[in-house]
Amino acid sequence: MSTANSKTAAAKIAEISGTNPLKCMKCGKCSASCPAFEKMDIKPHQFVSYVVNEDIEALAKSESLWYCLSCFACVERCPRDVKPGKIVDAARQTVVRQKGGNYLSANEIPALIDDDVPQQLLVSAFRKFRR
Amino acid sequence: MNGIGVFVCHCGSNIAATVDVKKVVEMAKLEPGVVHAEEYQYMCSEAGQERIAKAIREKNLSGVVVCSCSPRMHETTFRKCAEKAGLNPYMVEIANLREQCSWVHKDINEGTEKAVILTRAAIAKVSLNTSLVAGESGVTKRALVIGGGIAGIQTALDIADAGYEVDIVEKTPSIGGKMAQLDKTFPTLDCSACILTPKMVDAAAHEKINIYSYSEVEKVSGFVGDFTVDIRKKARYVDMNKCTGCGACMEKCPSKKALSEFNSGLSNRPAIYTPFAQAIPNVPVIDPSQCLKLKNDKCGLCARVCQAGAIDYKQEDEIVTRKYGAIVVATGFEVIKLDNYDEYAYSQSKDVITSLELERIMNAAGPTKGHLERLSDGKAPKNIVFIQCVGSRCADNKGKSYCSKICCMYTAKHAILIRDKYPDVNVTVFYIDVRTPGKNFDEFYRRAVEEYGVNYVKGQVGKVTPEPNGKLTVHGVDLLDNKQLKVEADMVVLAAAIEPSPEVRSIATMLTASIDTNNFITEAHPKLRPVESPTAGVFLSGVCQGPKDIPETVSQAGAAAVKVIGLLAKDKLLTNPCTAKADELLCNGCSACANVCPYGAISYEDKLINDHGIKKTHRVAVVNSALCQGCGACTVACPSGVMDLQGFSNRQIIAEVDAICR
Repeated sequence: MSTANSKTAAAKIAEISGTNPLKCMKCGKCSASCPAFEKMDIKPHQFVSYVVNEDIEALAKSESLWYCLSCFACVERCPRDVKPGKIVDAARQTVVRQKGGNYLSANEIPALIDDDVPQQLLVSAFRKFRR
Repeated sequence: MNGIGVFVCHCGSNIAATVDVKKVVEMAKLEPGVVHAEEYQYMCSEAGQERIAKAIREKNLSGVVVCSCSPRMHETTFRKCAEKAGLNPYMVEIANLREQCSWVHKDINEGTEKAVILTRAAIAKVSLNTSLVAGESGVTKRALVIGGGIAGIQTALDIADAGYEVDIVEKTPSIGGKMAQLDKTFPTLDCSACILTPKMVDAAAHEKINIYSYSEVEKVSGFVGDFTVDIRKKARYVDMNKCTGCGACMEKCPSKKALSEFNSGLSNRPAIYTPFAQAIPNVPVIDPSQCLKLKNDKCGLCARVCQAGAIDYKQEDEIVTRKYGAIVVATGFEVIKLDNYDEYAYSQSKDVITSLELERIMNAAGPTKGHLERLSDGKAPKNIVFIQCVGSRCADNKGKSYCSKICCMYTAKHAILIRDKYPDVNVTVFYIDVRTPGKNFDEFYRRAVEEYGVNYVKGQVGKVTPEPNGKLTVHGVDLLDNKQLKVEADMVVLAAAIEPSPEVRSIATMLTASIDTNNFITEAHPKLRPVESPTAGVFLSGVCQGPKDIPETVSQAGAAAVKVIGLLAKDKLLTNPCTAKADELLCNGCSACANVCPYGAISYEDKLINDHGIKKTHRVAVVNSALCQGCGACTVACPSGVMDLQGFSNRQIIAEVDAICR
């Protein structure tokens, strides 16, 4: 549903992600690359369309936000520089900000880390697990 | 002084919608020297031109300003019109109210204000214009075609058939180009070699065509009608006149480790070789990086077996200098390097190949003698996956921004050929869009799906992983089904993007022809002058101008030939009179102008100058008006303001600036 609110929300997501969803050519390489594809209700390539169609409400409710691993395979491989992973990340941040509350506490981190944890995952975790 | 006429064009609504043309006329009438001003819907139309001619005749106009589109579009039209009416064509100035005003503004008030100012500037300039007379230059009745692929061959044949001499310069040892490497051609599936080699033979046998194979263009100077070109004939180490093409040398050569360029590196070739059996000329070359004799003075076997005594290890590169009236660029393409697409495992698995490599595998003269087999273990594949758009249509700095245009069709061709010859092989094509505009093209693609049962899946592949058992896992998606797919494949074929041949940059620089950000040579007009470069006398044929298939290339090659024939048919060409000129009285011969001249048109002479009775010998700049292209670099470089461009003099430019700032 496109309303004035959803228009602002879509613009916000484009701004936070720093990507232009209109550049998408709907090739689906993001969805082909996504390791969490099966668990997602809205698939990575659909994320881009949801922002283009300004259906942010559905996006915010989507379980996919929390299944995205932030592995950024889609960001790396997107031939159009749309970077769907960054859109997922932006949508997640919008939801988190609306709900308020704290991000993951810094004290909880050391126990979660081992040598194999990529740095990117930590940064994403701060955004994702805010409880 | 008779007065200036101003003619404001509406260009339909192109100008009139954003510029108040009546206001422009009114304001023009107030300018000094203007005796006539009017507006009309289409000035370039016959009726519009008649208005200009009538005003010139009746009001005896000494200068004309046409407020219309870009001078690139219609300056020549209005100059011709003025000339017919008895006015020197260089007394016409264009005020560009379309590209530089109405098209870039939205507000009619702002647009009108700018239009009035641009018109004022043109009036100020034309009042200082002087009558100029175009000179004449001769035409060398010979054309040069750079590149001996199907584009170059066809252009050369068409020019030669019209009776003009043509030289083809081909960098590899044989003409034929990429088309010679192809197995079959879409959409009719006729054998590529069967339709190409007769043309190669025609070109070689044509009395008007001369082929410089294994040669490169080294230097170009001159201008339309009179180019001088240095061609480097690379040392072949085989005497073209003595060699009979028996092939004994190639058979006996012990150094057989070089990768065959013709077979896309999938097989080896000897150090002395012809690229393929039907090569023209059928004279081998010695690859100095592989030859044992040339590398460390051992071997010499080829010279011993050559009955004709054609081997000459002492041969050196030779520079041939020739004159041409026209030059056609037909440098073609290469397949991109796939380093940026490692997710498709091209560098990790021998069974991930490009489409051009598949052409060689499918070809009876190729590395597998036409048997479809895996390069890793020689086994027959059961499942083949094609991945489209690898490096095409990208916006990510890794690939090319454009559609390579030929891949959809050649993939359909490969799929059909495989399913026809090996019905038990499953073929899956992952596509983003299937683009088949062309005669009988979509029907061809539909046959692949409907008759041959090729499985087309919409969705780009994410990655290809080589498995320990030698298979390949293709991680894809079916976007229409919204399902992720993992397809087990024995062979993966990548439709890699094509790009202009790397040499095109240096060739374009030599020819002062412009190229775009993708290294395609720019055409003079994308719609109306597609086979001409903006540089006069330089023409374009084939993929050097943009991606093309064979039918399109052949059409364009013919079109380029017609343009060349039209040029060579003339005995004299009119030269641009807007060239630079030095004021001999004031020039101090400092060489600043010659240093910046890109055309080498400026030299110096010691001249006896009579300066108000004082006679002195001075070193002064002299411009060769045949070489000068009127770029104006010298006029800016000259520290004493002595260099002037006729038709664009310093006084005229300052008058324009003054009129704008008034």
